[in-house]
Amino acid sequence: MNSKILDNLKICILLFAFVGLMLGGCSSDKKADNQNNSELTEGFNSELDDDLAEKINTAKRIFYSLPSPLETAMLIKNAGADYDENLLNPISNAENYNTNMEMALNLGIFSTDLSYASLFDQTQATLNYINAAKKMADGLEILDAIDETIINRLEENINNRDVIIDIISETLLNSSSFLEDRGLQSTSAIILVGGWVEGLHIATSLVPKGSDLKSNKLVERIVDQKLSLGIVINLLENNSESVEIQSLLKDVNALKVIYDKIRIEQGEINAVEDPKTNITTLKSESTIVITPEIFGELTKKVRELRTKYIS
Amino acid sequence: MPNLLIMKRSFFVSLILLTFAMIPFKANAQCKQFAKNTCKVGLSPYQHDGNYHAAVLLEGEEAELYKTFYSDTDYRIGICGASNLGEIEFSIVDGNGKVLYNNKYNDYEWKWDFILESSQQLKIIIRVPVTDGLADEPKEGCVSIMFGFKDK
Repeated sequence: MNSKILDNLKICILLFAFVGLMLGGCSSDKKADNQNNSELTEGFNSELDDDLAEKINTAKRIFYSLPSPLETAMLIKNAGADYDENLLNPISNAENYNTNMEMALNLGIFSTDLSYASLFDQTQATLNYINAAKKMADGLEILDAIDETIINRLEENINNRDVIIDIISETLLNSSSFLEDRGLQSTSAIILVGGWVEGLHIATSLVPKGSDLKSNKLVERIVDQKLSLGIVINLLENNSESVEIQSLLKDVNALKVIYDKIRIEQGEINAVEDPKTNITTLKSESTIVITPEIFGELTKKVRELRTKYIS
Repeated sequence: MPNLLIMKRSFFVSLILLTFAMIPFKANAQCKQFAKNTCKVGLSPYQHDGNYHAAVLLEGEEAELYKTFYSDTDYRIGICGASNLGEIEFSIVDGNGKVLYNNKYNDYEWKWDFILESSQQLKIIIRVPVTDGLADEPKEGCVSIMFGFKDK
């Protein structure tokens, strides 16, 4: 009799586990209500289950894409910036990060540092920073994102920049897909914001004091981040259930207050395709208005946030 | 003997439940492999940026992605759908709602190469077609969105 009760209890536990896992799996689907997409089901199979049709009709998957650490580093390099190792988060700091928030933020920060070092062919720094990033990924239990095989491949190809960049891209993909698959979008968002702030820190630090802001390509890239602010905020708001994310949102909103003082005037965009190359140019004019005072204020705030994140 | 029957029943129930519980993870893992093996590879000679945007979508479903693209950078957008989903339609829309590109006018080409004169936040709208009206259940499959750039 007791054995029967025990077995039934096991079945109940399994049922709860099953429901929990199913909910966990579904939570990774970021969907937003959309009242205006009734055309989606137009012509849809009339035998389609009504509930399912309603779900499709009212839900639309929304993705917010921030520049990855690799793209951030590429933007800095292509703006004509130099390499300065003193700007990076010292790898010795990796020992200091114990909470998930600290490790996620600094996985993003170390990933940007790693990308920046690799794009400037800094072989030793590249090896150091992939190990620092691995330490953070291991701490977050992001399995296999950066394993020994990847480190070995990196060491074997340390003088081949294309292969190194491809390996970094693969580690970033492994980390983000691992987190996405497990419904851990909040961790993914923290990593991306850490990497984004590190990019802003490197870029703002590399602008020489007193330089002409209008003709500086790096300043243009820093100002361009105003366009991504809404994406950062939406990304965080979609995962705002945690205290950590709420704290990050507060930080990003403080940055927004400063960015709101910068004006970007954009003209109409016209797409023109080159029939020979099949490459389309999106032609448009844009003007940015920023004063040295506002740039100074932005630099100060970025430094303050970045110091907080690496401390 | 009845205890043995109960144990057997519990075992099979557990097995079935665990199999069902693994479905979302398995589908997502397949989606990652699909994104890596099909979409990422096709971005070459552009460098994949490392970001992962992929999901299992139903036919008739729509998705949107918001991203800032930077001036003077060569980009490739790749939208890959599982073969059972038919031709995936995607369009690129600016902040004013102007459609800058739609792949349905380009034979549903899966990729689009472009460069911008000034940095812009753009929206990518993806539509999974409804393939036929005879199936009892709508088809579903992985759709991934990937970005590549050129390092100058």
